[in-house]
Amino acid sequence: MKAVVDKKTRRLAPMSDTNLLLTITIVVFFAMYLAAMLFIGRGFLRVQTFFNILNENAALIILSCGMSIVMIAGGIDISVGKLTALICMSAAVNLDYQGGSVMSAIFLSLAIGLAFGIVQGALVAFLDIQPFIVTLAGMFFAKGMTTIVNSTQFNVQNEAFVALKNTRIYIPFLGSVNRRGVFVPAYVEIGVVVAIVTVIVLFIMLRWTKLGRSLYAVGGNPQSANMLGINVKKTRFLSHLLCGLLAGIGGFVYFLHVGSGAPSHATGAEMNAIASSIIGGTMLTGGVGNIIGTFFGVLSLSTIKNIVSLLGLDDAWWTNITVAAMICIFLVVQSVVLLRKNKRS
Amino acid sequence: MTMAKTGEAGLVKAGGIFRRQIFIPIAALLALILFNLITDPSFFAINYSLNSAGDPVLSGYLITILDNASELAILAIGMTLVTAASGGQDISVGAAIAISGSVVLRVLCGDNPRPDEMQASILTAFLISCVVSMLFGAFNGALVAYFNIQPMIATLILYTAGRSIAAWINNNRLPIISDPSFGYFGSFLPGIPIPTPIFIAIICMIIIALVLKFTTLGLYTQAVGINPNSAKLNGINPSFIKFITYVIMGLCVAVAGFIKVTRFSTINYSVVALDIEMDAILAVALGGNALSGGKFSMASSILGAYVIQFLTTTLFKFNVSSSALPAYKAVVVIILVVLSAPTVREKLGKLWKNLQHARLGKEAA
Repeated sequence: MKAVVDKKTRRLAPMSDTNLLLTITIVVFFAMYLAAMLFIGRGFLRVQTFFNILNENAALIILSCGMSIVMIAGGIDISVGKLTALICMSAAVNLDYQGGSVMSAIFLSLAIGLAFGIVQGALVAFLDIQPFIVTLAGMFFAKGMTTIVNSTQFNVQNEAFVALKNTRIYIPFLGSVNRRGVFVPAYVEIGVVVAIVTVIVLFIMLRWTKLGRSLYAVGGNPQSANMLGINVKKTRFLSHLLCGLLAGIGGFVYFLHVGSGAPSHATGAEMNAIASSIIGGTMLTGGVGNIIGTFFGVLSLSTIKNIVSLLGLDDAWWTNITVAAMICIFLVVQSVVLLRKNKRS
Repeated sequence: MTMAKTGEAGLVKAGGIFRRQIFIPIAALLALILFNLITDPSFFAINYSLNSAGDPVLSGYLITILDNASELAILAIGMTLVTAASGGQDISVGAAIAISGSVVLRVLCGDNPRPDEMQASILTAFLISCVVSMLFGAFNGALVAYFNIQPMIATLILYTAGRSIAAWINNNRLPIISDPSFGYFGSFLPGIPIPTPIFIAIICMIIIALVLKFTTLGLYTQAVGINPNSAKLNGINPSFIKFITYVIMGLCVAVAGFIKVTRFSTINYSVVALDIEMDAILAVALGGNALSGGKFSMASSILGAYVIQFLTTTLFKFNVSSSALPAYKAVVVIILVVLSAPTVREKLGKLWKNLQHARLGKEAA
């Protein structure tokens, strides 16, 4: 794996940090999936397994995108996981107890996300408070508010919502033949479409718009960004606002997938989002990162989880230990590659 | 050390009190005390009564605060050093406490989860758990110091795996120790009316105070945190200093884990010390220390830990349910950090100055 990357760097002359880390991520993901297909077979040979990974992680993809944007701008947002739980609960209560419609639930989700983004962004950008502390408070607030809104888990009965939840989009020409010889087409849920659109829009935004380039500049070096005439405070504010908005979208997509409200929803999602961003080559120090990498980061993380459970190591602790080992290996590889590259240049 | 000097200089200037670092936790503590005095003065009552074992003990909300804040105060010591040296936080302490507690029980219980008598002395178990915790600290430290990985990300590894490792150490069983002498460390020593964790916390504070006074650890840590490159030019090894702060953090975790496990004489891997890393980081931030590293004030951090416990206990007293507690805590934290934000504090300082000028002007007239 390392040899491939080294060869590439030599042939293509110096790559930017962002592209180098992205290449590592994508290569590792495909290598891992291929290895799983070859050595484990079974589920991994079915196309639907891949789409199930997407179905289950659509919300995480959106949350991780928001996390990557904040991290590229040099901040961090650890409130997104509990915020997702709050949005699920609020939307569920709105649908079932207050007679809301699907549209009102969507608006409510986006409004909650946006409100968190605006308040946290304002505190971070205009009052110069450390993002970790602000979003930590946001996390506590969302955690407490979830139980204040409603303290027990319940499934949503609203018909329009359940219909939307069960909508499947079939992929043309892809699918597998089941045991009885019937062709079963592969499908994705609506959330996956939302996630893919989000990834594409954000990729374009980060690469070709003024805001996107400002985010990299501010994260890389705020002082020089300031000298270039970029409004550092406004950019930081917008990064948190975007993350909040994406948490709103991601929260609703999560809600659409699980169809219930519970205080325990999306536990640890913020850490998964951070881990996915890291695996995707985003650096906490800011200025380096890529949305496509984040997308593959989420896929890698869930693929390794699937591999572990298919290997029969189903004891709860093995998943966590393997995921941790994987983050560890990724980090060390990234660090070694970057160190060697910096030494060479 | 440097902090004390700048603090003294700040006192001379009018409005300097607002710029001193320890102002934030003290102001927060005073506000909480005032709030409790107004709403219910009986909050401060301390009773002297017999406990279930028949020993006379002190009880009351103040004692509860001092007792329960012990682990947090000990963790705040390590967290302050880690933050100052590496400019990042260790988010694995909760999981690491689960590991160290698990090790203590494993050594004491052996293979039998419900032993009639302990298989080893408590001291041995404690020392082994110290070594294990320091090894895990060294793992974090090596990733941060030698592989240049951001601390939050490096410790994310142990955060993810820690509780699973803790369960694995004891084969996922829940050992219970019935020997009463094990419980002395988490509750009361016979004949002494003050909870033992308070003494353990005080011992830790004295040790760190002596270390900071008589060694160069504090100075080097701040130098590395402010600028690792210039520290290197001055003959300090920044990687080693960062590494050593994580090992010290491991030691703090072992002590805190020991207190946690002796409180209940058992352990629950998934909930023991849950979210304590967030409180420990909050303590450092409440103490006015920059989370990006550099200068630090140990006293402010420790005071910050007690402020957090004070707040938690106050909220519990007002019958806030434990699941809704974080929302109220968040509001208070936001108010505190907004008040302590540099821009707001500068304005407060100016306001104070203007008030004094106005008073002086009146006196002169």
